[in-house]
Amino acid sequence: MKKQTLREWLLTAPSFIWLVFFFLIPTLIIYAFALRPADFYGGVKEGWSLDAFRSLARPNYFTILWRTLFLSFATTLISLMIALPVGYYIARCKKSTQNLLLLLVVLPFWSSFIVRIYAWKSLLHPEGFVKQLLVHLHIISEETMLLYQLETVLLVMVYSYLPFAILPIYAAASKFNPQLFEAAKDLGMSRPQTFLKVFIPGIRKGIVTAIIMVFIPAVGAYVIPDLVGGPKTEMIGNKIVQKTFIDRNLPEASALSALLSVAVVIPIAALSYFQFYSERKQRTVKKRKSA
Amino acid sequence: MWGTLEFEGISKKFGDVQALDQVSFSINKGEFFSLLGSSGCGKTTLLRLVAGFEQPDAGRILLDGQDITHLPPNKRPVNTVFQNYALFPHLSVWENIAFGLRVAKRSRLEIKQEVEKMLYLMQLEDQAHKMPDEISGGQKQRVAIARALVNKPRVLLLDEPLSALDLKLRQKMLLELDLIHDEVGITFLFVTHDQSEAMAVSDRIAVMHHGKIEQIGTPIELYETPRSSFVAAFIGDTNFFDGTVTETVSNESLLKQTCVSEEASKAINDYSKLTVEGLHPILCFNDKKLSNGELVHLSVRPEKIQISREKPDFHPKHNLFSGIVDDIVYKGDHTKFWVRVDDYRITISQQHRSFLLDQKPIRWKEPVWIWWHADDGFMLERYLESDEQLTQLPPEKIGGDAHEHQEGG
Repeated sequence: MKKQTLREWLLTAPSFIWLVFFFLIPTLIIYAFALRPADFYGGVKEGWSLDAFRSLARPNYFTILWRTLFLSFATTLISLMIALPVGYYIARCKKSTQNLLLLLVVLPFWSSFIVRIYAWKSLLHPEGFVKQLLVHLHIISEETMLLYQLETVLLVMVYSYLPFAILPIYAAASKFNPQLFEAAKDLGMSRPQTFLKVFIPGIRKGIVTAIIMVFIPAVGAYVIPDLVGGPKTEMIGNKIVQKTFIDRNLPEASALSALLSVAVVIPIAALSYFQFYSERKQRTVKKRKSA
Repeated sequence: MWGTLEFEGISKKFGDVQALDQVSFSINKGEFFSLLGSSGCGKTTLLRLVAGFEQPDAGRILLDGQDITHLPPNKRPVNTVFQNYALFPHLSVWENIAFGLRVAKRSRLEIKQEVEKMLYLMQLEDQAHKMPDEISGGQKQRVAIARALVNKPRVLLLDEPLSALDLKLRQKMLLELDLIHDEVGITFLFVTHDQSEAMAVSDRIAVMHHGKIEQIGTPIELYETPRSSFVAAFIGDTNFFDGTVTETVSNESLLKQTCVSEEASKAINDYSKLTVEGLHPILCFNDKKLSNGELVHLSVRPEKIQISREKPDFHPKHNLFSGIVDDIVYKGDHTKFWVRVDDYRITISQQHRSFLLDQKPIRWKEPVWIWWHADDGFMLERYLESDEQLTQLPPEKIGGDAHEHQEGG
């Protein structure tokens, strides 16, 4: 037993050390910066101060935080809604079609992220193709502004992070035993019921991965709201960039980062607690019933 | 009671492959009916048509007189036991069994009663709250059967349910399956490639080959009176002889040759003498009423042939040959001999009914006498030379044999 524990320790040590040095310590450094007074030249001074955290208590920050969380949740939800049928479909295709479709999913990554966002900008531009087409089809009027709206940011965020949702769901769906569909139908289930009650629980792990993979980058997004959004679509990421590069106030930028990391950690902790709890519950129910 | 299943001219093509070709037959209610054949013969396709997972290109399927050909699977009063069980991995054994009842929106109390009854029947009470990955293969098998049976289907479809189990467990489960069938009285449609499985439990068997039914019958009928060389070679083992009818002999004339008194019940039927290339004439009971000059394919089961070192007494209805032992395989309860008689290698299976160490066993290369009664040869209606590969001949030289069977699916 003891040997087993040592073995486990040795095996997890490299990734543990990596996480300590390149994740935990940098995060703590940022937290520490948030507690220092600002240096006029963009650095931090000696001593401790709560000024940076006090500066967070501005009402517009809470609006921004709220908006950031809303946009991230919405992006995650919409990506998931699209990724579920898409991942399911790809997993059920034959192998050659699968490879082609997967290639198409990851193809956008072969061009620069910034360029792709700019492409959206020119598409949605008042004189852009999409705008002209929609006006022509009388779906929108000439005055409708497609760019610089909250919806625009949401659209482009979903576009950008969708592959991160499709890939894990595809991976889980391709491991899903297709015979279970037949089994469910055989036992009287309709198609939509089968999808909800057999397929979704069957690929639960893929869904959790997809949520994390989309939510985390979405919460820290700043390029997208910067390029296709307007003043009313600012996210925390934009504020951090502004504090770091324009205001050159590192403590305030760090305080915002700390806020952001707390905002990310809480939903993930909730999610993993929920998962842990549901598994434990299952186990205890089993024990109780078998006892 | 329900459960009569009729197939009317069912055809199904997958691409260029004719999986089923004009299949028509019916299954009686409460019957344990097996579809037997090697992989790719269409037996699984037929089962999937009944379950509703596939649609036939032509033909109808009737369940108790009602046309179910185009009903979706969830609307059919049949349930399937899948080859790899297909248990829902996120549900406990209890929930897996309750699945169909929950979908059917039965009351809580009813679900509880029915599931517990099934758990009791399948002896799964201790496993009820385990997850599928925590129980053994045999238990999974029982859960899969319970999950299907709890819905009280009119027909239970079993798709090679035992193929994932090891031999001992398979034999045990097979007997359990038989007991379950006796217990619930539901029609069972059992798909298998294993002839011994099918023979052991079935009321009737349909032997399938290349999308067609070769023969339907009770296990005994199939074994004793195979209609084609395929059935003869696929079920059990056999020896084939082909020859021409040269003479028909009446029963009386044969009886006159001996003082052995036999009942004259077969008086109306004749025996025929066949000339077989490379052998002296064979006498055979002529149930097909063939006349002189007609071609005959004869199947003689190995255990019907006797083997001895000493020449036996003359018997008018015995076919007696002398040969050299070519190969011997000892199997405990019986020994298989391959005896070379002129150009033929004849398979003989000798049952051991007495203590073998007291006897002087027949050895390799020994000259022996072999004989069988004329009634024990059976004339086939159809014969294909390729079916000879299904019989179990030992290779004549190392690596020099073409019959590598393909199993599975």
